[in-house]
Amino acid sequence: MIRRIAVSVFISIFCCGQLFAQAETVTGVQEYRDLLADGNPAELWVFSGEEIWFNPAGPKLVTLEACDLGKGPGVTRGAYVELPRYFSDVKKVMDLEQRLIHCRTVIQGFSRVDATAYPFTQRGQETSEVEMLVAFIASKSKGMRMNIPLKHAAEKKMFDLGEQLFYFRAGSHDFGCITCHGGEDRRIRLQELPNFRNQDQARKTYGSWPAYRVSAGEVRTMQHRLYDCFRQQRFPEAIYGSDLITALIMFLAKSADGGVSNAPAMKR
Amino acid sequence: MKNLRLIFGFTVTPLLLVLWLTVPVASEDIRMEFNDLLDEGLQSKGPVQMEHFLTLDATQKMCSGLNVDINSAEASQLMSKALAQIQYPADGIYIGDWKKGEEIAQSGKGLRFNDADDIENGGNCYACHQIRQEELAYGNLGPSLHHYGKLRGYSDEVLRYTWGKIFNPQAFLMCSNMPRYGHKGILTIEQMRHIMGLLLDPQSPVNE
Ligand code: HEC
Ligand code: HEC
Repeated sequence: MIRRIAVSVFISIFCCGQLFAQAETVTGVQEYRDLLADGNPAELWVFSGEEIWFNPAGPKLVTLEACDLGKGPGVTRGAYVELPRYFSDVKKVMDLEQRLIHCRTVIQGFSRVDATAYPFTQRGQETSEVEMLVAFIASKSKGMRMNIPLKHAAEKKMFDLGEQLFYFRAGSHDFGCITCHGGEDRRIRLQELPNFRNQDQARKTYGSWPAYRVSAGEVRTMQHRLYDCFRQQRFPEAIYGSDLITALIMFLAKSADGGVSNAPAMKR
Repeated sequence: MKNLRLIFGFTVTPLLLVLWLTVPVASEDIRMEFNDLLDEGLQSKGPVQMEHFLTLDATQKMCSGLNVDINSAEASQLMSKALAQIQYPADGIYIGDWKKGEEIAQSGKGLRFNDADDIENGGNCYACHQIRQEELAYGNLGPSLHHYGKLRGYSDEVLRYTWGKIFNPQAFLMCSNMPRYGHKGILTIEQMRHIMGLLLDPQSPVNE
């Protein structure tokens, strides 16, 4: 009986603590932004992401420490620069965000709808947990080189599909990624467009994502970047965590192979 | 010898079979096709509807992929067809109000999934072209159109060519990066006249 009481006391303290921690994160973001003088504010997302990773959550109330990002359960160091990759447990290629959705559903017991409900922060909303987790995982590979050997046939296939997508022109404006990202020194209005067929530019660009966007005041993930390019491209809305985006990310990651990851970097 | 074969048959073969069965096959992923990727990864929203999007026309097919050959016989066929399909203004009036043309050239609105379906589409010409000298925020995917009329004159040929180019650039250069404003119904005939005014009205600041 005493044990039972002790456990419930512990659980209630823990839950309150969690609520408290969450509230703290949100006001913390605001405070940090206000105080910000120099340095990369993405650090705050990294800290919050780390907290989320190690905090029990979801219907199963467990942490994400059992999540295997490709280098064994719980191993975060160096995982990001080897993603996307083939995961034998699900027999498919996943990028970081797809894998996080997987872990949050299978390990923590979230429904897929809940795990994908809130991937990007909208104006006036609290910072999305996904953006914080992605910043944390990416930070654990900072300074390491992209390593995408495409050893597994499924990885090679994903790359091929991504490449095909890059050169695919459709929609009302006949745009493809190639329209905007296939030539040197191009600009849309004043925004410079990296050329992904140039290895140096591909490395520099890919190595900076996820990134703190000064214009948004948020850390944005690669899925978000591509979501917005699809919009500019006059394509239909890209579905978060879809294989379509993973294929493109595989193509971009391979194009950046050997480059150093500086994520989360800071951008306009 | 016979024994050996028997041993082989009863032990090694099943072993190989078991091995073969347990080797991870990434079947789903490897067989996944491009169209499934589009089908499952994109969804209709606002003015961008999947059914319409997934129906590629011959030009889009021709201009997609790694090995685009713009000098093929098929390409020249497509170009002549595009040229024949250009609709010129029936009343022969090519030039509208350059001020309205400037607004259309500035506007990037329309046909994105977050746009409403009933707004007037923009031309977004400044995204890719320099046009008026005062506008410094211009892109460079296309050539400068500053002094467009002043440099080329205002002849009927120039009017016709420029109209055709805006209506369907694929009639002049296969797989051009420029949208087919008239052919794909991005701009109305009226809007195209205004843009023509911006480029080819001698009074337009573009030709100052
Ligand atoms: C109509 C133009 C257009 C198309 C088409 C387009 N993009 Fe972009 N893309 C942009 C612009 C503009 C930016 C820079 C945005 C900014 O600086 O805020 C950008 C930025 C990016 C970046 C980040 C660049 C950086 O410097 O960090 C990536 C990655 C990217 N695009 C990938 C793609 C891919 C992949 C596709 C195809 C699915 C695509 N884009 C299609 C216009 C486009
Ligand atoms: C996404 C990029 C893009 C946009 C948007 C765009 N253009 Fe272009 N445009 C080009 C490119 C690239 C060329 C050169 C290749 C060609 O001729 O097709 C070009 C060529 C032209 C030419 C021919 C110039 C010459 O010297 O022959 C005209 C005229 C023109 N554009 C007008 C327009 C107008 C008007 C708009 C807006 C309604 C517009 N463009 C929007 C990319 C664009």
